[in-house]
Amino acid sequence: MKIEVEDLVVTFGTGRQTVHAVKRVSFDVAQNASFGIVGESGSGKSTVLRAICGLAPVTRGKIRIDGRDVTGARDANFVKTVQMVFQDPYASLHPRHTVDRVLSEPLRIHGIGGENERVAAALRDVGLDASFRYRFPHQLSGGQRQRVAVARALILEPEILLLDEPTSALDASVQAEVLNLLTRLRQERNLTFVMVSHDLAVIDHMCERLMVMQHGKEVESLDRAALADHVVEHEYTAELLRASEGFVRS
Amino acid sequence: MSDLLTVEDLRVSFHTPTRVVEAVRGVSFSVGRERLGIVGESGSGKTMTGRSILRLIRPPGRVTAKRMEFDGMDLLTLPERKMRAIRGQRIAMVMQDPKYSLNPVMKIGRQLTEVMKVHGASSGREAKRRAIETLEAVQIRDPERVMRAYPHELSGGMGQRVMIAMMLIPDPDLLIADEPTSALDVTVQLEVLRIMDDLVTSRGMGLIFVSHDLELVATFCDRVLVMYAGQIVEEIAAKDLANAKHPYTQGLVNCLPRIGARRDTLPTLKRDASWMDAA
Repeated sequence: MKIEVEDLVVTFGTGRQTVHAVKRVSFDVAQNASFGIVGESGSGKSTVLRAICGLAPVTRGKIRIDGRDVTGARDANFVKTVQMVFQDPYASLHPRHTVDRVLSEPLRIHGIGGENERVAAALRDVGLDASFRYRFPHQLSGGQRQRVAVARALILEPEILLLDEPTSALDASVQAEVLNLLTRLRQERNLTFVMVSHDLAVIDHMCERLMVMQHGKEVESLDRAALADHVVEHEYTAELLRASEGFVRS
Repeated sequence: MSDLLTVEDLRVSFHTPTRVVEAVRGVSFSVGRERLGIVGESGSGKTMTGRSILRLIRPPGRVTAKRMEFDGMDLLTLPERKMRAIRGQRIAMVMQDPKYSLNPVMKIGRQLTEVMKVHGASSGREAKRRAIETLEAVQIRDPERVMRAYPHELSGGMGQRVMIAMMLIPDPDLLIADEPTSALDVTVQLEVLRIMDDLVTSRGMGLIFVSHDLELVATFCDRVLVMYAGQIVEEIAAKDLANAKHPYTQGLVNCLPRIGARRDTLPTLKRDASWMDAA
């Protein structure tokens, strides 16, 4: 499904305390595309994602999914279309709920039958053995938890997945496994991705197009080829590119 | 090169009522006035190795070694009183997150001058002057303001610079930095590393740099120890990391996404049971 974000403004607080988290950001994501947002802490990249799924207020601007304005209250249908995976799998899974409960709750809320089979299939899809079904989050490793978080996001069969730093809390070898999983699921299910990360290399690997953000604004948008050839317009993007290559002794 | 620190067969284990967890299983290495990197994934024992040098592991943790010698002194048997004189003074440590290592209810200025007084400043005025000098040395542009600030009023990068400044006050011979830049933004990370690099080079310090970031260690350090499950599986010159011999090191190098590499799937690490008793 197509996503259009137009002149999005997100502010928190009022009066002199107002924080302008996102300042007039616009972008389009075509159906089945994968779009990346890169930036450092405080750049507003996560807030853009949260605004799309209704976790942050849309102060001004428009967000359209498949042409339909979703800026106001989100309905159950929206939730079935758009799902999110959060950064920290240690914080985003309820510590007192089993994997089974985490995965079956959305099904029950949306009145979808065949719970048993769907939960089993969801675990299989993210490469987890059936024996994980009745475990609690603390009995899982970080990578296994993130797989559960991905399974939870996919169990309602959404068409859009919003990914907020899905691998930055994971070891490099586990990151590779989770990124491969996301790539495979996107191909199998024709998903549309919007992925946020501070890691330019991860975004380059996962997304065809990307936007660089700083201080709540768009710095520039470019595609993968431009990034690979180091054809960047803005100094800040060049700085991020250099930083991704490690330390250079002067 | 004369070695500052020699460690032989270091073992760290944690004894609980139900079982014994061996976090470090027989690690040997030495450091001179160079930049030594220790790389590994979470749980590989890299942090425990760094901490055991300063005897910072508390019960139920147990540390044993055949030899742990720093500048002719046996760190294993040194009385606690003498150990305190080494901690900070001769061997300093920078931890991962400045949020947790600075005192949250004390202004930066007071924390710094306190260290100055412990390390031989004669008067309050001298302590303050030297504190400001140290902040300037880590390229803090507005040291007077930072002196008056509480830790929560500083950004992560600023906080970590203050930490590094504080650790460098007594002019230690060896600096152990445990993921000193992992909590920082990438561009800030490089600035902080540059400052640390300059200080280490200009003062001829030894540096043990503990990190999970292979790319960073490869470009920042001279020599790298790769740890897996509490053991060193490979020791390699940082510039040769791309040609590593051990399959674990190779796996770690290959599984990182690289800009312009254009791969559909990333190679994943297939852990081999034999790595558990390697080296």
